[in-house]
This record gives sequence, C-alpha cells and structure tokens, in this order.
Amino acid sequence: MSIACPEMSVAAIKNGTVLDHISAGWALSIIKLLKLAEHKREITVGIYLPSSKLGKKDLIKIEDWELDADEVSKVALLAPDTTVTVIRNFEVVDKFSIQFPTSIEEMIDCSNPQCITQREEVTSRFLVKKTRQRVDLNCHYCSKSASLERLKATLAL
Amino acid sequence: MPAIHVPLLEDRDIISTQTLTREDIELVLDFATQLKASPQPQLLSGKLMASCFFEPSTRTRLSFESAMLRLGGQFIGFSETETTSAAKGESLSDAIRVIEQYVDVIVLRHPCAGAAQLAADVCEKPVINAGDGSNQHPTQTLTDLFSFKEACGSLDGLHLALAGDLCHGRTAHSLAIACAHFNCRLYFVCAEGLEMPQDICYQLRHQGVKFSFHRSLADVVPRLDVLYMTRIQQERLTKVASKEDLEPSCILSPELLEEAAPSMKIFHPLPRLKEIPPSIDHTPHAYYFQQAGNGLYVRQALLALLLGRLG
Repeated sequence: MSIACPEMSVAAIKNGTVLDHISAGWALSIIKLLKLAEHKREITVGIYLPSSKLGKKDLIKIEDWELDADEVSKVALLAPDTTVTVIRNFEVVDKFSIQFPTSIEEMIDCSNPQCITQREEVTSRFLVKKTRQRVDLNCHYCSKSASLERLKATLAL
Repeated sequence: MPAIHVPLLEDRDIISTQTLTREDIELVLDFATQLKASPQPQLLSGKLMASCFFEPSTRTRLSFESAMLRLGGQFIGFSETETTSAAKGESLSDAIRVIEQYVDVIVLRHPCAGAAQLAADVCEKPVINAGDGSNQHPTQTLTDLFSFKEACGSLDGLHLALAGDLCHGRTAHSLAIACAHFNCRLYFVCAEGLEMPQDICYQLRHQGVKFSFHRSLADVVPRLDVLYMTRIQQERLTKVASKEDLEPSCILSPELLEEAAPSMKIFHPLPRLKEIPPSIDHTPHAYYFQQAGNGLYVRQALLALLLGRLG
C-alpha cells in the first residue's frame, strides 16, 4: 500500500467471479455455503473493507470460476446487497444483483418436532417468500416457519 | 353431465388449502353439488384408491371409502400400522413408492406434519392429504365450505365466527386461510391461551381479510351467518386460565341462540364433546350432521376431478 495513495487496492482478476457488497463479516460463511473451496480455484477475500454504499463490506473473488444467478441466490438470505460480476479476459461480461431464491435446501433443519423430516431421511427444504416488510421461511413439508435470524445463526462462522 | 376441459385439478395433489385457488375450490364445490343432486354410480369404474391411514380415523376414512365405492371404484388399504411394513421400520417414502404401483390415487392420513407433502414429492400418482398431524386437513375444509354455501347460498362476504381451540385446531387454520378467497369477515372467539397463531393472522392480514378477536360468543352471535365450533381437547385445558374463562367462548347454549339471526347456521367438524349440547341439535340452526354427510360428496368430487373423470 502506497502512503501517497491510501486506498486499499484489490487486484483485478482475468477470469472468474467477483462477489461484492457482501454484508460485512459474512464472506467466510458464504464461501462455506457456496462450497467455493471445493473448486480448488484461487480465492481472494476482503473482510470489513470500506464501502461508500454499505459503510463496511466483504468481498470475494474466485478465479476461473463463474457463478450463475441460481447458484448464488441463497446468498441473498445472508447478504441481500451482494452484487455478482462475471469477468472474462479482464472484461465484465455480466453484472447483476442477487435475487432471493424461491426455496433453499440443506441450509437449515426444521425445528418442528412433529415434522416428517424428524423421522425420515429427507433433505430439508424451506420455501422463501419475500415481502416488503420481511422474509418468511416456511418448511416445505410442515409449513412451520423458521426465522431468518436462526438461519443466520446456523450459518455464521 | 357435460364434458368440460378442466386442467386445474387433474393429476394434482391435494395437500394443503394454502395451494388451492378460489377457482379450484369452486370447481370442487360445483361438482360436489352436481354429484349430490345426481349420483354417478359408475363414474370411477375401474379406478382403485389406496386408503392409507397410519393413525385412526372413522369419519374421514369411511367417507373416502364410501365415496369411492359409490362411484363404482374400489379401494385397498389399511387403518393401522401394526399390520404394515411400517412396523418393520420401512420409511414412508418407500411405502408410498410401492403402494403407488398398485393404485390410481392415494389417500393418506399420518401422524407427522408434512407427511402428505413428502408422499406427493416421491409419488407420480395423485395424493390426497386426509390429515397430517396438526398441520392440514384440506378435505375437511372443502367439506366445510361446501356446507356453508349449501346452507347460506353463497360464500362471498359471510360473517363467520371460529370458536374453541383456535391455537391447535388444524381445521380452524385451514378454514381461516380458505375463507380469505371469499372476502369473509372473520371473528375469532376463544379463551386465553387458545388464540389463532400469529403466522395465520399475519397471512390473513396480508391478504386483506378483516378479522377480530373475542372472548365471548355472546359478543358475536348476533352478527353471524356461520358459527363454526371446534372441540377443546381436554389435555389443552391446563393452558387455559379456568373453566369460567373457557365457557363463554367455547360452550354454546340455547340462550345464546335467542340473539342469533334466524338464518345463522352452526357447524362443527365433529366429534363434539360439551361445546354443543344435544338440545341444540333440533334447532333450525344446527347443520353439523348435514356437514358430516356432505363430506361424501366433496370427496367424491375430488376423487373424480383428480382422476380426470367427468361424466
């Protein structure tokens, strides 16, 4: 870092994906959630970076790997302001804000002791409904709700 | 009966009233009306229903089985798990995937919430939820709505009170959600501790439904078209302050009916205990036994629609 130019610079990537405007403190959880390390690509992480939009933000860059909208949509539940930029040969080829998914799987278990998921080997699935005021998560099977706070607590590292 | 192309329900699963549109409900009710007026004893000839009751039921099971037989269909199944592979530890998923090989439609009652949805997910054949734990009982709701319409002429704009155990009663939850399609004005009457759950209230509010909370039937009876009573389960009583708190909201008396409109009708999903005394059975207001009988026609309509048979 140069004294004359105090901003922290994050090197550009040639090919890959940049997840920017991640809610501060959530980058590592998102890496785990999206299983990014399994791709064995170079990943750069910035945590609690300054942001004119959010105050503080996290940032993830993954080299030579393109994430699509469906794949990253579950991130919306943790970091709704996240933007996704896909880069090829140093050029931005796609940029979008993440959208909330309609459902999520294997992110959280149903807490209803009477739910069939307590007795059968079933992948947990919650339906996501976003209104202006709130985000509702309802078990696909028994319809009981789960709070976004519990989801975040489950996924926080 | 005229041939009508109705893509809305054929091969659908009926798991929850949440997924039924107003059009779906009206289709079932209209067809049930037709079948009640003009029986079709061969409508489901050649069709086979699985009656899979993992927990006891009399009314629902018998009405489904009667519905199938009276339309010329057949059924196979069980009403207790001791004689099934469930006793050997077989999963519900596996059981359903085997059973569907033998039948055209599955009717399922199970003690676990969400069981019917799981069955529908693994099964190619239509699945009808006959009650999954404390979660949903959509055919009861359809029977209730059919009976309201039969008694009152229309569902639109009804002033309807739900009374009793609104916290744990799956029929009350399903009915409140379904009534949202018809711009009903709802009154929730219950003792402290038995209130309609907040997530149901939130959903109703979000759909623009007008509703209010009351501790006494006397407050609402004069305003009603429909009074829907539900049973208080004895094991829940420990959560209620006192019997004196319970009675005004959950126990009907002939004196209360003196304030009712002559056209007001009383419904109950049955079985009843003390909430409706037998002395009310012979008043013009009582409609709960006709309501029970209507379950046959509603289930006939549902089976015929899901199996793609119309006339």
